[in-house]
Amino acid sequence: MLLSVKDLHTSYGKIRAIKGISFDVAEGEIVTLIGANGAGKSTTLRTLSGLESPHEGSITFNGEDITGMKPHDITKKSLIQVPEGRRVFPQMTVAENLDMGAFLRNDKENIKEDYERVLTFFPRLQERKNQKAGTLSGGEQQMLAMGRALMAKPKLLTLDEPSMGLAPVIIEVIFEIILKLNEEGITILLIEQNANLALGISDRGYVMETGIIKLSGTGEELLANEEVRKAYLGED
Amino acid sequence: MEFFVQLLIDGLTLGGMYALIALGFTLVYGILLMINFAHAEMFMTGGFIGYGVLNLLGSESTIATVSDTLPFMSFLQSTQPFFTTTAVGFILMMLLTFGISAVLTGLLGITIERFAYRPLRNSPRLCALISALGMSLFLQNFVLLAVGHRMVFPTPEFLANLDAVPLFGAIRIAPIDLIIFITCLVLLFTLDRFVSKTKLGKAMRATSQDKDAAGLMGININSVIALTFFIGPALGAVAGTFFGLKYGVVTFNMGLFPGIKAFTAAVLGGIGNLRGAMLGGFLIGVLEALASGYISIAYRDVITFAILILILIFRPGGLLGESVVEKV
Ligand SMILES: Nc1ncnc2c1ncn2[C@@H]1O[C@H](COP(=O)(O)OP(=O)(O)OP(=O)(O)O)[C@@H](O)[C@H]1O
Ligand SMILES: [Mg+2]
Repeated sequence: MLLSVKDLHTSYGKIRAIKGISFDVAEGEIVTLIGANGAGKSTTLRTLSGLESPHEGSITFNGEDITGMKPHDITKKSLIQVPEGRRVFPQMTVAENLDMGAFLRNDKENIKEDYERVLTFFPRLQERKNQKAGTLSGGEQQMLAMGRALMAKPKLLTLDEPSMGLAPVIIEVIFEIILKLNEEGITILLIEQNANLALGISDRGYVMETGIIKLSGTGEELLANEEVRKAYLGED
Repeated sequence: MEFFVQLLIDGLTLGGMYALIALGFTLVYGILLMINFAHAEMFMTGGFIGYGVLNLLGSESTIATVSDTLPFMSFLQSTQPFFTTTAVGFILMMLLTFGISAVLTGLLGITIERFAYRPLRNSPRLCALISALGMSLFLQNFVLLAVGHRMVFPTPEFLANLDAVPLFGAIRIAPIDLIIFITCLVLLFTLDRFVSKTKLGKAMRATSQDKDAAGLMGININSVIALTFFIGPALGAVAGTFFGLKYGVVTFNMGLFPGIKAFTAAVLGGIGNLRGAMLGGFLIGVLEALASGYISIAYRDVITFAILILILIFRPGGLLGESVVEKV
């Protein structure tokens, strides 16, 4: 397994946001976590990236225990997150934001290549290279956040609700790129409210509810599941 | 006209020092959203360290006393004439004085952050503020007890013998003012380039804009914060040493007024904004000089602060303060 999470608990003070979840992601997979607001999805990704420290449980990535490591050390291991709400650096230009993604790399030639590659993925960013990221539209910021993450050469890319607040056309672009990245060998762990779309492209999925994992299965199984259809696809 | 230019020169040298101190306030605020009340004491400590180094290199009596207790320091006796009488020696002595003062004060800044602020980083903001006030009192009293309340700053012989530099007409600029002004410009320019162009500088900007996201980029947040707490105090120390050279004295509470003025400069420019702090520093320096020249020294601060309040009424974010970009 590329990523293996065992009995993970994370709290914010007295609020127990995740209460013992276990799941894993194999190399090459697309895995989706779905769940209602407040289920603990973002907390899970934040804990994986070291932004929150778990008080119980373990995270193993690429054969190494990364539980409790600092965010910058986890980034060094090529576990890269595209955070909820994009979190681009608003006062920096698009080009500078992409540079920051390559912060830990020193291979100038390859960085340049990857930079060009990101711009072919997201031609919109090319035109806005010298614009401050804070002035981009929501969709452009999402593209930038993804491009920035790609600059770090992820082995596992985690994405926290990349479709949030975006127009359907843009969502389609984003999902196409997720698929393309996966074909190129990047393993994907995706969080989505848009369960239909996400499960449709996923090998496997997990359903979270108030801090625990309620259901798991292949994308198709979950899409066919009665409960999932009721709760997340708005069908009765 | 000559009077005006003379005041302008005074204001710009004073302003350069304010700008150097203001940068420390604004850098720390930009990254931790904290007003480092102890920063004025970095200026003061820097001045005292500068005083110590300068005496150690150039004062025969100090060297004699030190060599008595620490025999391995007696080599200073042979270098003293070189430092005090030759031009190269003088420049070298200045570089050493400012360099040592900046580095030691920078290390002090890192230490203070590590032990007085970092443990409180996740506590309510007031806690760090109180800790900073405590640090400020501690440093003042420490210097008062360990060194003294008022020390006469040595004027290097070489500097004293330099003639005022004629600018145009009858306008002359004192060598020390020229040195201060040029050094300030060089440091401000270098810092500006460092922050906008180098990898480490960009990491500082990223950290100040979004700490979590910076961490996700692989930036070690604690190292960046430590760097910030080195640069700010180091620049403050340069200003403190200049203060000693220009006014010929350092006192344990000398940080108070320059500290307030520099903080005001940072707010005036837009706190968190580096160029704003530089601009604010020069503006306050010039305002102060003009007010004391044309109106009255007694009203200098009243006038300066009145203008500050006026500007802030119309631009509450400061002159160069960016309107907060809404995060989507
Ligand atoms: N910084 C915080 N401080 C305190 N409680 C928090 C914090 N962040 C999240 N929580 C709480 O933890 C729980 C899980 O939050 P989390 O953000 O992980 O949910 P989520 O599944 O990502 O929800 P959403 O779909 O709305 O993004 C919620 O009850 C939330 O209120
Ligand atoms: Mg969330």
